[in-house]
Amino acid sequence: MDINSVPQDDSSTYAKHKKAIYAVDEDGRVGTVKSSGWEVEEAATKQALHDLEEQARDAYEVVKKGEKSSLYFHMFDVRMDLQVLSESTGFFKWTIKKDFDPAKFAKISEKRIGVYSEAMGKTPEELKELPKGLYE
Amino acid sequence: MSNFLHSHSAHCESGVMSSMLSHHGLKLSEPMVFGLSSAMTFVYLPFIKLGGLPLIAYRGMPKSIIKNIRKNLDIKMKLETFRDVKKGEERLDELLEEGKVVGAQTSVYWLEYFPDEMRFHFNAHNLIIYDKKDADTYMISDPVFENAQECSVKSLNKARFVKGVMAPKGLLYYPEHVPTDVDLKPVIIKTIKKTAKKMLNTPVPIEGLKAIKSLAKTIRKLQKGDKRYAKLFLGHIVRMQEEIGTGGAGFRYIYASFLKESSEIFGNDETLKEASTMMLEVGDEWRDFALNIAKAIKPKKEIPYDALADQLLAIAEQEATVYRKMLEFNGK
Repeated sequence: MDINSVPQDDSSTYAKHKKAIYAVDEDGRVGTVKSSGWEVEEAATKQALHDLEEQARDAYEVVKKGEKSSLYFHMFDVRMDLQVLSESTGFFKWTIKKDFDPAKFAKISEKRIGVYSEAMGKTPEELKELPKGLYE
Repeated sequence: MSNFLHSHSAHCESGVMSSMLSHHGLKLSEPMVFGLSSAMTFVYLPFIKLGGLPLIAYRGMPKSIIKNIRKNLDIKMKLETFRDVKKGEERLDELLEEGKVVGAQTSVYWLEYFPDEMRFHFNAHNLIIYDKKDADTYMISDPVFENAQECSVKSLNKARFVKGVMAPKGLLYYPEHVPTDVDLKPVIIKTIKKTAKKMLNTPVPIEGLKAIKSLAKTIRKLQKGDKRYAKLFLGHIVRMQEEIGTGGAGFRYIYASFLKESSEIFGNDETLKEASTMMLEVGDEWRDFALNIAKAIKPKKEIPYDALADQLLAIAEQEATVYRKMLEFNGK
C-alpha cells in the first residue's frame, strides 16, 4: 500500500484516535502513516459492538420480566459472556447459571458476590439491582 | 522522571520493545523488532474460543516478541509476575522510583483511557509505564496511541490483574542489560530463514500456510450452517486481522518494512528488496479480502463463501512465493 492509499475514513470506532499503518512513500521507503479509520474495519467493529449491545438489551428484558437475576444483565453489560465470566471469577459455568436464578441469587453469600464484584468492576449493591430506565 | 520518548506504533508488543530498547541506547525500529523476533506468522486454533469464536492470529503468541528478541540479541530482560495486587503495585512504584521504564501486560477492557468503542476483553495488551505523576496517576506510553496517556492506579491494577485466558498476573518487564553495538546481520539471516521455513513447512494445519488453507476450508463449510453465525465468524476474521493487536494485514506491511530495512543493511540487497515489495502486495491482498468480507456481512447480502475461500487460498499461494524468495537470501 502506498501512503496515499492509507484510508482516512474518520471511523467513529476510532473515537478521534489515529492508528499507525506502515506504507510506502514515493521513494520506496516504508514507514508509518497515521490513519483516521477504515470503513471496513469500522463495519466489523460495529458488528461486534452491536452484537454485545443486543445481548445486553435482551438480557435487560429477561431480567425485567423476573425470569433471570440481575447478574445476568450485568454480565453482558460489562461485555462478558458465560465463558469470560467463568474465567474471570474462577467459578464453574454451572454454578454461575444457578446464580442467574432470581430466588437463588437473592440468597447469595457476601463472599461469592464479592468475587463477582471484583471481576466485573461493580459494587455488590449495583450487581443486585437492575438499573432503571435503560433502553426506554 | 525519565527522559523517555513515546512513539506511536502499529502493534503493541513490538512497539513497546522498540521504544524500550531505544531508550536504553539500542535504536531498533518497530519493524526490526518484529522481524528479528520472528513474530510474523498465521495461527488458526479452531478449538480455542474467544467469545465463542476461534482464535486467529497474524503474529506470534503474546510475549513471544519479548522473549525472542531477548534471546536473539542477548539482552538481559527481567520478567516478574505477582500473586498479589498490592505487591505488584508496590514493585512497579519501586522500579519507577529507580528511574526505570517498565513494560506491562494488561487487559484492554479495564484501561480507562481506551474509548468505549475499543474496549473488549483481550488480556494480552502491552504498554510502558514511564513515570508516576502523583499518588494516583501513572504516565503510560501505550504504543497504539498517538500520545502518552494518564491512567489511575485503580484502573491499571485492575487491567494488570484481570483473570482468565492469557491472564497477565501483573507481568512487569524491563531490561537489565542492553548491548548497544549489536551486529544485526547474522540475526537477520537466521530469523528470515526461520520465518520462511515456519510458514512453508509447519506440518500441522494450525500454523503457517497450512493454517490459512484450513481457515479457507472452514469458510466453505459455513454455508451449511446458520447464516447469523457465518456473518459473525467472517466479521471476526476481519476484527482479528485489523484490530486485536492492531495488525492483521498490517503485520504483512510491518514485515515488508523489516525486509526493506534489512536489504539496506546488506547494501541494498536485491533479493530482500524484491521480497519486501512482494510482501507489501500480500498485505494489499489481505486488505482486499477484508473488504470483500465487509461487503458480504452487510444485512440482506448473500455470502459468496466459495469466492472468499478461493481468495484465501490464493493469498496462501502468494505468501508462499515470498517465503521462497526469502529462502534465496543467504547474506552474501
